[in-house]
Amino acid sequence: MILSYDFHLHSCLSPCGDDDAYPTIMAGMAKAAGADASALTDHNASRNCRAFLAACEAYELIGLTGMEMTTSEEVHVLCLLPSLEAAAELEKYVRERQMDIRNKPDIFGWQFVTDENDVVISEEKRLLITAASISVSATPDLLASLGGIAIPAHIDRSSFSLLSNLGAFDRDMGFPTVELSTAADPKALVKAYPALSGVPFIVDSDAHRPGDIPDITHTLESDGTKPEDIIRALREGSGLERL
Amino acid sequence: MKVSEVSDALGLKQLNAPDEDREVTGGYSGDLLSWVIGRAAPGDAWMTIMSNVNVAAVGLLADVSMIILAEGVEPDEPLLQKAALNGIGLYSSPMGAYELSWRLKGLLEK
Repeated sequence: MILSYDFHLHSCLSPCGDDDAYPTIMAGMAKAAGADASALTDHNASRNCRAFLAACEAYELIGLTGMEMTTSEEVHVLCLLPSLEAAAELEKYVRERQMDIRNKPDIFGWQFVTDENDVVISEEKRLLITAASISVSATPDLLASLGGIAIPAHIDRSSFSLLSNLGAFDRDMGFPTVELSTAADPKALVKAYPALSGVPFIVDSDAHRPGDIPDITHTLESDGTKPEDIIRALREGSGLERL
Repeated sequence: MKVSEVSDALGLKQLNAPDEDREVTGGYSGDLLSWVIGRAAPGDAWMTIMSNVNVAAVGLLADVSMIILAEGVEPDEPLLQKAALNGIGLYSSPMGAYELSWRLKGLLEK
């Protein structure tokens, strides 16, 4: 089946996320934008995925868990996982390897964990956007060990991206699929980085506010509606556009 | 040495200069923002080639005395706005971070 998607959403747990970006609302807005499948990917944290999945179920949206990891090279890697348990395990792994710097909400914004009724459960005190001592090259195997997939995020951007920070794409790094921002020009990207030619890509909104999710036009082909099926399709590049 | 004196001595271009009397007590050069947050000391002049809006937030959190954009990079509009809003000293120079660091060290050791 052909499924439309947006796998890169933030919520109020991300410091740069809008305080109104409750995980439930982000799920609802993804559905309203036309998504069949979606994922909540806060910076280095997954604790709002529980509320997100509850909302996905209510909205009949296929929900994946995950996070947007900041690697030691400050490359953002979209980490998609099949379950809350796997996401919690990844969060624990990242947290043990992340700098322990206090968030200053007046500078970076609040970081709230909320439940399925949009009630604030806790405030995350640690600044979530800082890097973990995990190399970008270790992420494909790390995510595979948890049943998930690592996808270099918004590789066309001039900051926090694999191309901006490492200067090149190499298939040997083990990423089967890459993510482009909605502003990307795929042709120009391949011209500048010929190694990307033929690589499957996804396009996500990276929405930080409920109103930031544009109408969804990108699709993949999956043989099922379980998160595992979606992750397999992303690994195989099934039905994805190619660079 | 004051921010204004460093700026004059290095021939920096002023992008936002809210507190030219602040003391520059050291320097830090680097582009990975997490490292800057973790390693730059309050009062440092921070030299970087990053030019996006995150630079302002990191400069504020690290409490650096001034930010010098090296290699002539142009700041994004959101960075200029955030620097103005938060009173962050933002300067630029065509020199690279190595050259700027070397010269700054000479100035601070005078």
